[in-house]
Parts: sequence; structure tokens; C-alpha cells
Amino acid sequence: MRLNAIGRDFGSTKALENISLEVRPGEFVCIVGASGSGKSTLLSLIAGLDAPSTGTITVDGARVHGPGPERGLVFQTGALFPWKTVGENVAFGLRLLRLNRAERRDRVAWYLAEVGLRGLEGRLPKELSGGQRQRVAIARALVCEPSVLLLDEPFGALDCQTKDDMQVFLRQVWKDTGTTILMVTHDVEEAVFLAQRVIVLTTKPGRIAAELDVDLPGHRDLLLKREPDFLKIRAEVDDLVRAHM
Amino acid sequence: MTSLTGRRWAPLPRRRPARQVPPLLGLGVPVPKTSRWVLRAVSVAVPLGLWFFVSALGVVGKEFLPSPGDTWAAGWEMARSGQLADDVWASSARILYGFGIAVVVSVPLGILMGAFPSVHAGLEPIVGILRYLPAAAFIPLLVIWLGIGESSKVALLVIGVVFFNTLMTADVVKVVPKELRQVSATLGARQGEILRKVVVPYALPGILDAIRVNFAVAWNLVVVAELIAAESGLGYRISRAQRFLQSDKIFAILIVIGLIGLAIDVVLRLVRDRIGRWQP
Repeated sequence: MRLNAIGRDFGSTKALENISLEVRPGEFVCIVGASGSGKSTLLSLIAGLDAPSTGTITVDGARVHGPGPERGLVFQTGALFPWKTVGENVAFGLRLLRLNRAERRDRVAWYLAEVGLRGLEGRLPKELSGGQRQRVAIARALVCEPSVLLLDEPFGALDCQTKDDMQVFLRQVWKDTGTTILMVTHDVEEAVFLAQRVIVLTTKPGRIAAELDVDLPGHRDLLLKREPDFLKIRAEVDDLVRAHM
Repeated sequence: MTSLTGRRWAPLPRRRPARQVPPLLGLGVPVPKTSRWVLRAVSVAVPLGLWFFVSALGVVGKEFLPSPGDTWAAGWEMARSGQLADDVWASSARILYGFGIAVVVSVPLGILMGAFPSVHAGLEPIVGILRYLPAAAFIPLLVIWLGIGESSKVALLVIGVVFFNTLMTADVVKVVPKELRQVSATLGARQGEILRKVVVPYALPGILDAIRVNFAVAWNLVVVAELIAAESGLGYRISRAQRFLQSDKIFAILIVIGLIGLAIDVVLRLVRDRIGRWQP
């Protein structure tokens, strides 16, 4: 996936300016920045929900012109279909592809197991916890086998402990599926824990201030957050975000 | 407090603690099941008791306030002769057509208005104006246009319901969260699919709410239409009874109208709650 000198203006205000970025297949990249850095705008441009004022976006060599299942998006709220069961939510994209019932069932079952929700396919979203809802939203996007999974503050509304669990879970999903992930967050600790590479955005307009390779082991558990190596990188990114507020 | 310098005002006064409120008078406090049924019974029993009492006193003439006994007798007589059933059916058939047409027109129109801002901009002014024209004022015009047959009554119901239901449907559809539409698009749904598979299912309980409210309007209007020009129906029966000062008959019919309305409301509410059971 490649962003080529992306800019987005809203009237006379520049939300994003000259963003160029390449994400390699299978990579996990986090974008951090204070509020007003245009992080979410950037994701909706890649998702195709909004068009850049300048520059081009290409995914798998094809220019992005609108939304599509090859660029799955997960919102902070999950945005589940509240009248559909967990299973029906996950099957949404497959039904659009006219997959028959058996094909749908196998895929939905596999992804529900992958996100740890086996046996809950008959539940309605209102019967789930916040963390479970985000797992459904992630499964619903992944079942479409996206080239890149876009996550917009997916754990922003969760309590701390659930958030920790979800981070470990997301690392596992990334390893199991090999999906390219581009995630936006304001939580620096989260970004450093999850990503191989962290991009720091400036605010008003959002520009790329810095790019850091996170030099931490591939296997990460919650104890890593107490290691000096982790804390050092975290402090470094923290300072960068503050310096560009 | 020496550390917080620069404060030149006295400490804030404290209000005395609020008095304990009895549970039945608490703002938004749910009522226990038994109390709820008691309250419901009271709401029917008090007016009914008052009616018994005043008519038993005999200070009001029979032609003004018939006794519950006379009313029951008049109602029973109409029911036994089959006249009541005929009238109920005549009014119901008009509603079936008039309200049916109004729903078939207004729901799709409202969905389009709610879903497409362009359609909304194009229709909102005219529908908004038409909604304010009192439907009953159309009766003379409809009689001129369509005569005093069935079509003028059906037309009145359509006019009285269609504009309200269109705008209420549009309002429900408008508040379908944008994120649901966006996420559907990122899962590969096209415009038409988003409308059919996301917007409409999400709005359905609210659309049924609008239909339920407007059904009451239709039920009112059909009686109004029959009061003025008809040869059958509950409204017609009321105006006939008026000519012969049969207040007991009028009372009986009013009670029947109220009971039918209540029954339909309960059924519509059950349907709506079943369809909207996914709501938090």
C-alpha cells in the first residue's frame, strides 16, 4: 500500500499535508498523533470513504477510488449491525459476494474461533461486552480477506484491562492471519506494543513528523510493557508526539 | 486554606438535604408490577364510576347523559341485530384501503427522503405545507370531486395520513448512524444494498412507530368522514342516532371505537416490540 503526497483540505483549513507512506505486505504499522492531527481523516481516505484533495493512494497497485472489502475498516464503536446476530454480522460481506450457505458457515466459524467467540454466533450485539463487540467487528472485516485492515482507535472506548487483553489478541490475530494492519491511535503505549513501525503525525495540519522502527521481539506479552527497552521507545515516541502537538 | 490564595469570597452555602420522595413519585423511578396494574385499573374505574354516579343522581337528562345500563342495552341491541358488526366492518374496510394506500405511498417515499438529501430537499417544502392543511377541511372538496361514495372517504384518509407518515418515516431514516452506512460500504455493499440491507432494517422499528401513531389518526378521520357523508359505518351510525336523540347509542358506539382502537394499538405495539427486540 502506498500513499503518494496525500493532502486533504476542508475549505481553507488543511487537515493533512504531504503524507507519503508505504506499508509493506504483512506489516503492522501504527499512526499516533494528538487530536487534531487528522489521523482518522487519513484512514477514511485510505478506506475510500473520503477523497484526498491532492495525491494518490494505491493498494495492491490499484488506485483507490471508493470503499471496498479489500480495505476493511474497524471503527472505535465497532459499528455492528445491531439487528443481526454475531454470525450474521460476520457473514455480511460474504452474502454480498453471493457465497452459498456452506461456504459462509465454514468461513464465519473459522474467524469467530480466531477472535475467540466460538459459540456466540447466535448472540445479538447488545448482549456482548465492549471487547467482544470489537472482536466481532474485526472478524467481520477479516472474513473479507482484506489486503490491509484499517483500525481507527479500535480499543479507545474500552477499559484498561480489556484494552490490554485486546492488544495481545490483536497481535495474535495479526500473526495467525498475516494481514497487513494500519492502525490509528492516540495511545502511545498501545502503538509501541503492537506495531513494527510507528508513524508520528503533527497537528494542524497533519504531517509526518517522524517514523520509528520498533525494535522489540516478535513475541510480545503484557510483561514487555515493563521492560526498559519498551519504556525507552515509549518515552521517545511520547516526546515526539508532545513536541508536535 | 492558605495555599489557595486569591479567593475573596465566603464559603458556598449548603442546601438542606432533599426530602425523601415516596417511590411512586420518584422522577423516572420504575413502578412495581402490582402498583402498575392498580394504577391502570384506577384510570378506567374512576371515569366509569363517575359516570355511574352522575347518571344515578338523575340530575342530568337521559338524552344528555345516558346511564351505563341504557348504554349497555343499546350496544347489546346493535350487536345482536348485526348492525354493529356491519358498521365496524364498513369503517374498517375504509381504513384498510385508505390507510393501506397511505402506507404504501408514504413509507417508500419517506425512506427515499430520509436516505437521499436531494429527495428531501425537493419534497420537504411541499409535503411540509400539505401536512398543515387540515384533512377534514378537504371533505367538501372531496365530495365535489369524488361524490359521496367510498372513494371520497378513502381519499380523505390518504390525505390525512400520507404526509405525516412520509415525514415521520423520513425522520427515522435520517438518523440511521453514518458509521453503519460507511462500514457497509467498506465491506463491499453498493448504494442499493446499503439502503435495502442496512438503512431499512435499522429504521424498521421506528417506521412501525410512525405507522402506529398515524393509525390512530386514520381511525379518527374515518369517523369524521362518515359523520358528514355516508350510508354505513360507525360515524354514520352516530349521526343517525343524533337525529333521534339516542345518546345511549352514541355512547355505545364511542366505547366500541375506543376499544377497537386500544386493541389495534396493543397488537401493533406487540409487533413492533417483536421486530425491534434487537434494540438496547
